[in-house]
Amino acid sequence: MTWTPARDEDAALVTGGGRFVDDLDPLPGTLVAAVVRSPHPHARVRGVDLAAARAHPGVAAVIGPDEVRAAVRPFPLSTTTPMPYLPSGVDAVRYVGEPVAVVVARDRYVAEDACELVEVDYEPLDVVVDTRAALRDGAPLVHPEAGTNVATDRTFSFGDVAGAFARAAHVVRGEYTFPRYSSVPMECYGVVAHWTDGADGPSVECWANFHGPFTMVPVAAGALGVPISRFRLHVPADIGGSFGIKSGIYPYVVLMALASKHAGRPVRWTEDRVEHLLASSSGAGRVMSFAAAVSGDGAVEALDVDLVDDVGAYLRPPEPSTLYRCFGNITGAYDVPAVAIRARAVVTHRAPTGLNRGFGGQQLYFGLERLMDAVAARTGLDVAEVRRRNLVRAFPHRTPTGGLYDSGDYAAALDLLLAKGGYDELRARQEAARAEGAFYGVGLALVVDPSGTNIGYVGLATPASERKPGRDKSGSTEIVRASVDLQGVVTVLLGSVPQGQGHATVARRVAATRLGLPVEQVRVVVDMDTASTPWTVTSGSYSSRFAPLVTSAVIAAVDRLAETVRAGASVLLGVAPDGLELADGSVRDPASGASCLFRHAAGVVHWDPGALPAGAPARLATEGEFVPPEAVAATAEDRINSSLCYGFVAEMVGVRIDADTLEVTLDRVATVHDAGTVLDPVLLEGQVLGALVHGLGGAAYEEFRYSPAGQPTSATFLDYLCPTSAETAFPLVSDHVSSPSPLTPLGAKGCGEGSSMSFPVAYANAVADALHPAGIPIDHLPLHGSVIHDLLM
Amino acid sequence: MKAAPFAYCRPDTVDEAVDVLAGGDAKVLAGGQSLVPVLAMRLGRPGTLVDITRLPGLDSLVIEDGQLHVGAAVRQRTVERSDVARAVPLIGRAMPFVGHRELRSRGTVCGSLAHADPAAELPAVAACLGASVTVRGARGERVVPAREFVTGAMTTAVGADELVTGVRFPVARAGEGFGFAEIARRHGDYALAGVAVRVRGDEAVLAAFGVSDRPVVRELTLDPDPTEAGLRPATDALAAEVVDTDGDAHGSRGYRARLLGVLAAREIVRAHREAQA
Repeated sequence: MTWTPARDEDAALVTGGGRFVDDLDPLPGTLVAAVVRSPHPHARVRGVDLAAARAHPGVAAVIGPDEVRAAVRPFPLSTTTPMPYLPSGVDAVRYVGEPVAVVVARDRYVAEDACELVEVDYEPLDVVVDTRAALRDGAPLVHPEAGTNVATDRTFSFGDVAGAFARAAHVVRGEYTFPRYSSVPMECYGVVAHWTDGADGPSVECWANFHGPFTMVPVAAGALGVPISRFRLHVPADIGGSFGIKSGIYPYVVLMALASKHAGRPVRWTEDRVEHLLASSSGAGRVMSFAAAVSGDGAVEALDVDLVDDVGAYLRPPEPSTLYRCFGNITGAYDVPAVAIRARAVVTHRAPTGLNRGFGGQQLYFGLERLMDAVAARTGLDVAEVRRRNLVRAFPHRTPTGGLYDSGDYAAALDLLLAKGGYDELRARQEAARAEGAFYGVGLALVVDPSGTNIGYVGLATPASERKPGRDKSGSTEIVRASVDLQGVVTVLLGSVPQGQGHATVARRVAATRLGLPVEQVRVVVDMDTASTPWTVTSGSYSSRFAPLVTSAVIAAVDRLAETVRAGASVLLGVAPDGLELADGSVRDPASGASCLFRHAAGVVHWDPGALPAGAPARLATEGEFVPPEAVAATAEDRINSSLCYGFVAEMVGVRIDADTLEVTLDRVATVHDAGTVLDPVLLEGQVLGALVHGLGGAAYEEFRYSPAGQPTSATFLDYLCPTSAETAFPLVSDHVSSPSPLTPLGAKGCGEGSSMSFPVAYANAVADALHPAGIPIDHLPLHGSVIHDLLM
Repeated sequence: MKAAPFAYCRPDTVDEAVDVLAGGDAKVLAGGQSLVPVLAMRLGRPGTLVDITRLPGLDSLVIEDGQLHVGAAVRQRTVERSDVARAVPLIGRAMPFVGHRELRSRGTVCGSLAHADPAAELPAVAACLGASVTVRGARGERVVPAREFVTGAMTTAVGADELVTGVRFPVARAGEGFGFAEIARRHGDYALAGVAVRVRGDEAVLAAFGVSDRPVVRELTLDPDPTEAGLRPATDALAAEVVDTDGDAHGSRGYRARLLGVLAAREIVRAHREAQA
């Protein structure tokens, strides 16, 4: 049996040839670090005694609160609320697992032995874990100097919200909570950091499986007081998954750089699974209430949305972006002219949160799509019909919050879903099941899937009146370098830091197609080095940027390279370069039919540039950038087009619930995606499946829980349950519609996150529908037999 | 997540192993599927690990005197794949639920008994069938009935200076039927509730697990033609009495009792049908 890998990356990965951060040994004499972590959710640090650990044989250095206080500035935050965040607890600890000290030793065993010798004198303090409790007057304060646990509190109103609610035939309300969960990448965090002091000041060189957003580079460099130009970051070609979670690594880069400074040697820290589940990152938990003003025929005329995110002990950047990433698409798939929003983030004694595949979408749509089911129930309409009546129909569509939906055909996608997914058939199954007293439910979710974040939304956490003139943020620029060598081989250098998505495969094909070359003549390099790879403040692998942004920059770069090659060919063909065509590895004059090989044309530019026509481009290495249109800063009215592209997902879930055991079985999952132009159907299918299973984790299995006293109760894989292959064997129907984006050269939109946003609520809607005869409310996740039993009792 | 320093010893005889254990601060290493994570997380830090996997005689898997003898070094996967072990059908029913295949290829049957997780399958099988565990210590060998072997959550009748050398399961007799089922959050997880059943004539013995600090054995006398619906009042009552745990996020006390009532009735009917066949 032969196997043809779908991706260029696969053969190495499945034969142990991947090169991950822990495989790299870039600097001789690198020592190994282990982290001492707080066992308390909240305590004053009265004192730390590092003497015994420092004296332990094999230990090179131990750093604790004094060293951090002396050398590290709090990370710059996106709000002015005084909640200083350092990479480790200094005067107090605020969540279980918060770093307190770092031991650097000859190996990890010795380092962990010495960690046990670090004496920390803790004075336990009152704890607040619950989001609603953290809002109450008199709640224990996570940061007393702030005088509140509310890190940010903003209200917005667009359109005639009050009028719509006054006129409404129905006002439909719902309160929902969304859990914290992760993506649980196979590879945990890894850092190698090296601090050196030179005549012109200190420099930090580090290797990490960090994948952006590169806004965190100035944040990390700033904390260390090192200029960005002397903060050099390498990211290996292979990262073992992240799905956003590894964006939370940067505080450890800072901590290990400081450890290296004290050890006088490079330091490696490889996070283990216990550390990862305890203290790396997770999606934010959310408590929310939604209200819809609904007309007699089921049209949603206005929404009133109150979102409260639990961001854990610190507002770790890029939080509070979970609130704002979907700001432009907060009305989802629906043509709703008015919306009022209150957006708050509160701190609690839990681990800090951050990016997680779908970032902000799964939280938002859990509320919005549960609400749409409530609208259907109130108006007596079918859940598909009430959604259809409210769909956005014309594109481009400007949302009340400033989003610009670039393209789509939501009605077609919904119709395709209902037809291919067998909506009527599932309803018939439901009828039959109910006749036997059994539980069967059908759930829908329609979500707008944003990609290519406009960093401008970060500004929304600050009121417009306080945003400084000339300091606006916007955009999401991407830069790619392309070069052609003496043998005519094109190298494309990406700063996209993939974590397994297959960027090299797709970029290679895009470049080869554009240059008329066989893919064998194009090579893609994805190792990242901030000293040599082009990058911008918005670089990174997040917000499904690759398809809309990176491929667009690839095209810009190779188009410039093509100009150079045409110039070389003009010498060989004796014609003007304009109008020469690149195809089949050649450059052809369409007028005469004469042609020369691409590599010969490139060879002229390398070997004989003197022969080029005057003024002809001779760039053998060049860069192309893509500056997304329509990605501008937030307006004075707080409107923001928070992403470049807006895809679409229509999803349907059929569940059967065993009447005796209450086990939930996925009877069918159907999903229809619109990611614009499909760049690679196999990779797209992989993203759809992966996002679905990620969503299934949040829907039915995964949750970071804490006891009321603040102790994590799901800090190992015994209690933090991820779906395994056995849980993914559900019947799946998947299809696509394609509405190319007018804003990207290929028409491609992102596709990495869609079902992470839609599946949790589609599943909840299905479970709620199944249990409808029992009359119990479904307003939270995860949902499984025990939860359902307790609701029924 | 690296173990604290420990000494490793691989004795050549059972007596030598027992001597090391008698020295104190030692722990038996067999398959290591539970012990090694405990060491790595520094939740336990024995001074010495006594590796028994190559001790002569502990690898036996034979039928003697109507009993299947499983030595302490025999891996779960070996038992799962052996023809000899089919003489005890309940083991074959339970084994697919014991972790995953990869874990069973390392884990041992006796190790599962000695670890005594309240939700583990094999202690319940042993208790249901009335198996007996052979234990060796400095004072010699003794036999502990499986139903007295587990004394609480993760605790057994084995002394710190003793070694489990094997377990004997009675082989199935004509006219017996068996049932085994459990429900876990995911395939391979520890059970929220489970039951091992043996039916002989009108007598059913069931061992419930995952619902208390140890397997709980109960006997029921069956009507001539038992049905699930007919049994449910009895099994639900039994479950309400037997379930003795506060539960957790995966399975509340009430949910575990529901599952036990359902599973007990289903498996008794299945075992009864098999016994009749």
